[in-house]
Amino acid sequence: MVTINDYQGLESAWCPGCGNFGILRAAKNALVELELEPYQVLMVSGIGQAGKLPHYMKCNTFNSLHGRPVPPAVAAKIANLKLTVIAVSGDGDGYGEGGNHFIHAMRRNHDITYLVHNNQIYGLTKGQASPTSDTGFVTKTTPHGAPSPVSPLALAIVTGAAFVARGFAGDVKHLTGLIKEGITHKGFSLIDILQPCVSFNHKNTYEWYRERVYKLSDEGDYDSSDKMVALEKAMEWGDRIPTGILYQQERSTFEEQFPVLAGGTLVEQEINPSNVERLLDEFL
Amino acid sequence: MSLQINVMIGGEAGQGVQSAGFILAKTFSRAGYHVFADQDYESRVRGGHNFFRVRASDSEIAAISESIDILVALNEESIGLHREELNPSGFIIFNADEVKDVADNKLFGVPLTSLAGDKIMLNTVALGAALGILEFDISILEKVLGEQYGKSDSGNANIKAAQAGYDYARKNYKGSFRLKYPHSSGISGKMLLNGNEAIALGAMAAGCKYVSSYPMTPSTSIMEYIAARADEYGIVVMQAEDEVAAINNIVGAGYAGVRSMTTTSGSGFCLMVEGLGLAGITETPVVMVDAQRPGPAVGLPTRTEQGDLQFVLTAHHGEFPRFVLAPANIEDCFRLTAEAFNLADIYQTPVIILTDQYLASSYATVDKFDLSRVLIDRGELYSENPAEYRRHVITESGISPRAFPGMSEALVVTDSDEHDEFGHLTEDADIRNGIVLKRLRKLNGLDRNILKPWRYGNESPEILLIGWGSSYGALCEAVDILKERGMDAGMINLNHLSPFPAEAVADAINNGTRSIVVEGNATGQLASLIRTETGRKVDGKILKFDGRPITPGYIIEKLEKEGL
Repeated sequence: MVTINDYQGLESAWCPGCGNFGILRAAKNALVELELEPYQVLMVSGIGQAGKLPHYMKCNTFNSLHGRPVPPAVAAKIANLKLTVIAVSGDGDGYGEGGNHFIHAMRRNHDITYLVHNNQIYGLTKGQASPTSDTGFVTKTTPHGAPSPVSPLALAIVTGAAFVARGFAGDVKHLTGLIKEGITHKGFSLIDILQPCVSFNHKNTYEWYRERVYKLSDEGDYDSSDKMVALEKAMEWGDRIPTGILYQQERSTFEEQFPVLAGGTLVEQEINPSNVERLLDEFL
Repeated sequence: MSLQINVMIGGEAGQGVQSAGFILAKTFSRAGYHVFADQDYESRVRGGHNFFRVRASDSEIAAISESIDILVALNEESIGLHREELNPSGFIIFNADEVKDVADNKLFGVPLTSLAGDKIMLNTVALGAALGILEFDISILEKVLGEQYGKSDSGNANIKAAQAGYDYARKNYKGSFRLKYPHSSGISGKMLLNGNEAIALGAMAAGCKYVSSYPMTPSTSIMEYIAARADEYGIVVMQAEDEVAAINNIVGAGYAGVRSMTTTSGSGFCLMVEGLGLAGITETPVVMVDAQRPGPAVGLPTRTEQGDLQFVLTAHHGEFPRFVLAPANIEDCFRLTAEAFNLADIYQTPVIILTDQYLASSYATVDKFDLSRVLIDRGELYSENPAEYRRHVITESGISPRAFPGMSEALVVTDSDEHDEFGHLTEDADIRNGIVLKRLRKLNGLDRNILKPWRYGNESPEILLIGWGSSYGALCEAVDILKERGMDAGMINLNHLSPFPAEAVADAINNGTRSIVVEGNATGQLASLIRTETGRKVDGKILKFDGRPITPGYIIEKLEKEGL
């Protein structure tokens, strides 16, 4: 029986009080509650404080380049469908440097889960604006204030993501549930996670978020299969910030297009050069 | 001089220049001849000017010839553009329905449009006419047409069109052209294919299971060939959103244990450079094909160059081992691609295959590839206690046995940051030194796998031509021409550029009194590399960077003009 100790990784180098600790706990909880063994899980992270998360767990880990966790993650899933593949980014990593990969992975609907630690700031490089910094947010590199932010959830919904959720690092229990749902969902699952940065973002603090976040599940009649309603919720950002599953639909995955993947994993396929003999004959 | 014929088909994009050229090449190949064919096209789908040259001979040929025996001009423009390339005995087939008032004994008019009925088959009528003049056995062409267009109406209509052109030529051709083509050669069972197809077959034979690429001329047909057969052969081909994704895709699949490849051209490779280093530091096997075209930036998109050599040798910041292979010809495309996957797996490092538009899209007849010679070596795999697995364990050879994530309880951890033996990021100075040296130690093994350069012509010659990659055929033929003129000539052609075969090159240059590098670039990149790697300076350089292939004629002309 897998326990939380099986996922015990290296000692973290995050700042005390960092929102990442809540995300780390929720990720471990989710994997344990889904009874996944560490060897069955692959975490692919980018660069930034979020990118270090897999090192503080214990599972297969590919810590990739800045902005690039999604491309190796989707390909590793194709190579071995048995793996539970989780990509981990920050807002700069995922929505800035990796923006194009983000869009196209959702469009193609690869069967992976994508955790984006969204602290609206660059933490690792000590306090520059990020793609999700609020309009007018003044930083060392944006003395005139940040331009209007990207809305990752709205972008995800219009791009074709089939599972679009938002969690809050300050609510580990709720976040654990979302991560479990995301992993279980067949197809690309985006979980954008509001993550207070205690060192560099003195605006969007735990307190700031706590005053605003609410759970969609508490709104009895919320229908997460209605795309236009979901889009409206995704645009809601101000006095009230929705969390939970904004949008979910069942649609076929990228992997399901390929007959070879229906028959087993790619990595277990035998290699036999003589198989191509018939192709050579076509050139005679 | 052996018996040979050079046919050029010229026309605008959309007129079927490529398909007619291929069918003609296949027809000659089926008749038992050695064939070499190349294509020249512009970056457009309709209009412009394209041509396809087919050279057939009863002896081995590995390059194109600039002079033409028969020009098949599908439009009027082609006549003017290529008239000067005709041999003294050569002539032009043109469309008499469109081009009027010609009084020129080099021109033979065939009413292509009216004989074709449908203008889509104009090219086929012209092929039939060319073979009619040659009194070639038309049944070979009919068989090839049947295979190409199927047994449908389209196939039959094309066969009829070819027959119409053939009959017309037999009846009306009264010219002086007398190069009869005897179709009785003993050579048979040859494959006719281009460089990209050979690379695709090499990858498939080697068990490449995942291809991710962003379409880019002239590499795209590798991806397309595999994609069309992927379901049957258990392969996943993915069109990536960009080249950055493509390289990171194959690194992910390679890490997960699947043989993976990406295909691109120079400026796509520029975007892949970041991921190339990721493969280097994470020690992930990947195979990358750079089918070069002239740069910088978009350059000449549909043309050829050997301008990326110095770039791919050093691309990326930092230091890590890599292989750079440059196939000399179509057999090499197959053989080196298949071997690239072994090298990548054994040394857990990127392998770059450097071809160019010329090699990618030219066709040649080759002996059927011997699949029994394609050996599979996945390198060292970990089979000990999974709980103790260290992905980057420091070993004497520098090679750390691989495990694949999810395939055992061994946890496979790696990082684009510098990492410890377990794969976890670290900034410890001693660990950094140990891991860097471990990665570079693999070079000692890499050295053992260096291929000796191809050699041709005289040993220790007075004139030594030195080339790399696709210029192989042109160099061989240039040597033949020099020898016919009584000169003591030889050549070496490098198909392995990193690690560099320094010893073999130094020996060859020591032996040659005059060493002349022949390269498809403007700065002499191989010449610089030879200087760096061997300390020796070559005596001359023949360079070409107009986007057109190096030909034997060009080499000879340069040797003469520049007194080399």
